[in-house]
Amino acid sequence: MSVLSVQGLGKSFGGVRAVSDVSFSVAPGEMLALIGPNGAGKSTLFNMVGGQLQPDAGSVTLGGATISGLGPRAVARQGVGRTFQITATFGSMTVRENVQMAILSHRREIWRFWRPAAERFGDEADALLAQVGLEVQAERATGVLAYGDLKRLELAVALGNAPRLLLMDEPTAGMAPAERVALMQLTRRLATERGIAVLFTEHDMDVVFDVADRILVLDRGALIAEGDGPAIRANPAVRAVYLGTGSGGH
Amino acid sequence: MLAVHGLNTHYGRAHILQDMAFEVGAGEAMVLLGRNGAGKSTAMKSIIGLVQPTSGRILFGGRDIAGEAPHRIARSGLGYVPEDRRVFADLTVMENLEVGRQPAREGLRPWTPARLFELFPNLGRMRDRPGGRMSGGEQQMLTIARTLMGNPRLVLLDEPSEGLAPVIVQAMAEAILALKAEGLTILLAEQNSHFAEGIADRATVVEKGRAVWSGTMAALRADESVRAQYLAL
Amino acid sequence: MSSILPQLLTGLATASSLFLISAGLTIIFGVSRIVNFSHGSLMMLGAYIGWSILTRLPREPEWFALGILATALATALIGVVLEMAVLRRVYRSPELFQLLATFGVVLIIQDVTLLLWGPTELPLPRPRWLRGFVEVAGSRFPLYDLVLIAIGPLVLGLLWLALNRTRWGTLVRAATLDREMVAALGVDQRRLFTSVFALGAGLAGLGGALSLPNASANLGIDLSVIADAFVVVVVGGLGSLPGAFLASVLIGVLQAFGIVLVPKITLVLVFLVMAVVLVFRPNGLLGRPQTEAREATVAAPVVRPAPPALRLLGAAALALAVAAPFIVGGYYLTVLTDACVAILFAASLHFMMGPGGMASFGHAAWFGIGAYAAGLLLHWAGAPMPLGLLAAPVAAGIVSGLFGWFVVRLSGVYLAMLTLAFAQIAWAVSFQWVEVTGGDNGLLGVWPPDWARDPRPYYWMALALSVGVALLLRRALYAPYGYALRAARDSAPRARAIGLDVERLRIVALVIAGAACGLGGAIFAYGKGGVFPTYISIPHSVEALLMVLLGGLQTVAGPIIGALVYTGLADILVRSTDLWRLVLGAVIVVLVVAFPEGIAGAVRRLWLRGREA
Repeated sequence: MSVLSVQGLGKSFGGVRAVSDVSFSVAPGEMLALIGPNGAGKSTLFNMVGGQLQPDAGSVTLGGATISGLGPRAVARQGVGRTFQITATFGSMTVRENVQMAILSHRREIWRFWRPAAERFGDEADALLAQVGLEVQAERATGVLAYGDLKRLELAVALGNAPRLLLMDEPTAGMAPAERVALMQLTRRLATERGIAVLFTEHDMDVVFDVADRILVLDRGALIAEGDGPAIRANPAVRAVYLGTGSGGH
Repeated sequence: MLAVHGLNTHYGRAHILQDMAFEVGAGEAMVLLGRNGAGKSTAMKSIIGLVQPTSGRILFGGRDIAGEAPHRIARSGLGYVPEDRRVFADLTVMENLEVGRQPAREGLRPWTPARLFELFPNLGRMRDRPGGRMSGGEQQMLTIARTLMGNPRLVLLDEPSEGLAPVIVQAMAEAILALKAEGLTILLAEQNSHFAEGIADRATVVEKGRAVWSGTMAALRADESVRAQYLAL
Repeated sequence: MSSILPQLLTGLATASSLFLISAGLTIIFGVSRIVNFSHGSLMMLGAYIGWSILTRLPREPEWFALGILATALATALIGVVLEMAVLRRVYRSPELFQLLATFGVVLIIQDVTLLLWGPTELPLPRPRWLRGFVEVAGSRFPLYDLVLIAIGPLVLGLLWLALNRTRWGTLVRAATLDREMVAALGVDQRRLFTSVFALGAGLAGLGGALSLPNASANLGIDLSVIADAFVVVVVGGLGSLPGAFLASVLIGVLQAFGIVLVPKITLVLVFLVMAVVLVFRPNGLLGRPQTEAREATVAAPVVRPAPPALRLLGAAALALAVAAPFIVGGYYLTVLTDACVAILFAASLHFMMGPGGMASFGHAAWFGIGAYAAGLLLHWAGAPMPLGLLAAPVAAGIVSGLFGWFVVRLSGVYLAMLTLAFAQIAWAVSFQWVEVTGGDNGLLGVWPPDWARDPRPYYWMALALSVGVALLLRRALYAPYGYALRAARDSAPRARAIGLDVERLRIVALVIAGAACGLGGAIFAYGKGGVFPTYISIPHSVEALLMVLLGGLQTVAGPIIGALVYTGLADILVRSTDLWRLVLGAVIVVLVVAFPEGIAGAVRRLWLRGREA
């Protein structure tokens, strides 16, 4: 049974087809990578799943319920967490408060005007921070965190919403190669433990081939290949438009 | 041609460049290698003047340009190709080139759109296309062409291979090699030493805002410990 | 049928004037990303300078044209001076400080114009040819209006050519997209910016001079024009020249017909048009989403509750405030009551501006609505003070909620412009709807009941209400709601991604801020015994901004301290000089130019330097 199911999804901008007739699904605990050249429609596809864009055609369903047509907030409420390519955290709050904020939202405790927020869900937030290895930094401001730690914080914040599906847009962009694999292996472990389906876009082929269970290749808005690492590496169409004549990665 | 001495740059409280130093000889291609956040982009922005260095000297053709306004530095013959391309999305290819146009420089064959289209034939086929409606690879070519319109003696190329499909990266490397063959001095910033391998003569390895190693590409290939320690390959 | 064509032509003539002023505003914004609040003041200067030039020239049409062009040139020169002296120094400042600096210029130009030309309106004596008529569809139509109609499209065409067919235009368009990159390509930004500012100022001056035959040079032009221009630019889409033209035509024509059909509605009509457009096209008719500025933003410091020592200090200050009537009397007690009102005024603005991230240049609107709600209830229904004090926050809260519903999706600059435009319209309604509001004379006899007539009990009541509400606001900021509001400000995409309703959070913040401010207005009204249009005036709005910025945005105690300091300073200033606008404006400009990173930033920098030494 798949968590996310995408059927015949399409989107045009001013007559130009950015994405056409894309279908795929992601199972619980599965890591699905979305790769393709720049301008292939990855961001468009991603934003249609996340609710930032409305599709022209097709549907997106989460656990059987349709989520296409909902805005990003409603999609998040349905159990979709996400991390951003350019890290986005709450700069005026501590690391712990960032996670507390996500839990407060998830437990529907936002519209309260009296009890101090800092007293709510501190232990739960610390537990999540421990899972991503940030427990000793709980009291720090997010502005002073190292880049890799910010990415981990984003992961913890996304988990605070107890998501069924995690969308990660270029999760390792801007990280050192060794850190990249570490972050994605952490993601992989959490996904397996919690049965979260993960859909991510990525430019670093080492990361893709290392952690993805399955890979989708998009070119000019259409799906041109789908399969596991070795199958994608060997696929002549993928080599022609994306991987080039060298080896798979660097 | 370019010599950086004891360069320090801060972003707010963060001390990004710490006594950074390196040199680039005329006609040479030098690469700044290092992880993301090591300070390569900041070094480039400090040289072109987009970021004000706190202290240190940047000698270009014998003149200290540290702290000058970017347009003066650019007019003195330094070209800058930013890492995130920054083409003018609403302007056509020809208009993007026009923004970069500066008077011819003594002793250099001036760049014209026609000459640039020989180097990047793709661009010649989309003269009136707005920059925002081009692919990532085409935009990268346009930013390089736009910078060349200023007839620079030295170009700063900040991660020209970042975010491009491997097949485009190969084409980019060939174009840069052609420029080098013309006699242009090149300072490249890269995380990807494979890309730099085919282009650069020498490398300076940057870590936490400092130059920690410097030498020829052959020496870098031979030095396993530097590669393992700083480049995490 | 016969009345439609002349009405349409009248509308198009209005549209031309609107376009001239908004074109300059939108071009300047496009390149510098600064919304120039003093653009209306440049038009006002254009009118005055035009008057001075035209009254000295022969009265033939060719001399008139020459005089108009000379005026445009003169204002363009003033624009150059303004750009080099003020704006050039604040391009890297936070948005709010840029707006504030141009607002300081508004205040300065107000008093300088008053000094140079005096307070009386200056109408232009119209020669025969200017009074000429032509026959249009069987009715007489002023010849001069036809001239105006032709000028709008002519200017649009010339601007289009300049922007699309010259190297200067290409550079301007490139700078609109990414000015830093333009500089890195060897283009001198400063000269480019100065030339653009000169062009914009020249257009404003042209508009001012051309408005003379149909109106006059007067001191009210600046703010009424800037409010109109803001609406036009927002409806057309910020930075879009064709959008500004389209919006000018739309608003000009609708106004012309509106004035015939429902004379009283014209002021509100403009706002209705804008509301409708923004609901369907949040970025204006031809506008595009505002991209985030390309500069690195400094993260806001982590917000912490005040340390115990500060709380103790606050408690001591409160005790002193309660005991004040036994220590001082008479005049100083009224100043202290004003200070209580100022606390509400500033704390409510801080609530939406600091944690909410929504700057307002029209905060006095809620103050005035609260005051008028109480005053009108008393005047027309004889309602007692407690009812008035209840009705004021309710009315202000409802109106600010409605306003918020339309504007909450807009970015900071749009919001700042619309708050100013809204306040200006609210002021115009209070001023012009004489039958209901008493117009300029205001509503008199708004006194508290007998038990509160004496300054002492009234002061205690004001103190209790203002401190109580300020504490409630503080409580809400540390509660989950306040955290969520701050989260939405820190990163709206992230906030949405964890399921926060960013828009609703912000609307509620506007309702709360509006209600608290409205209560302040009512307390002020009963304290002074009357309600007047000046309560809603733009300078009053700016006072709220100054209080908040004086105290700093980052702390909850800041606006309260700012309110107290400002009330004290203003009291001294107003009592000691007639040219308080000039002084205030100069202080604002000097502060912003001297501390481009904000006062708090300057203090932090000095502190860091001190530690290193």
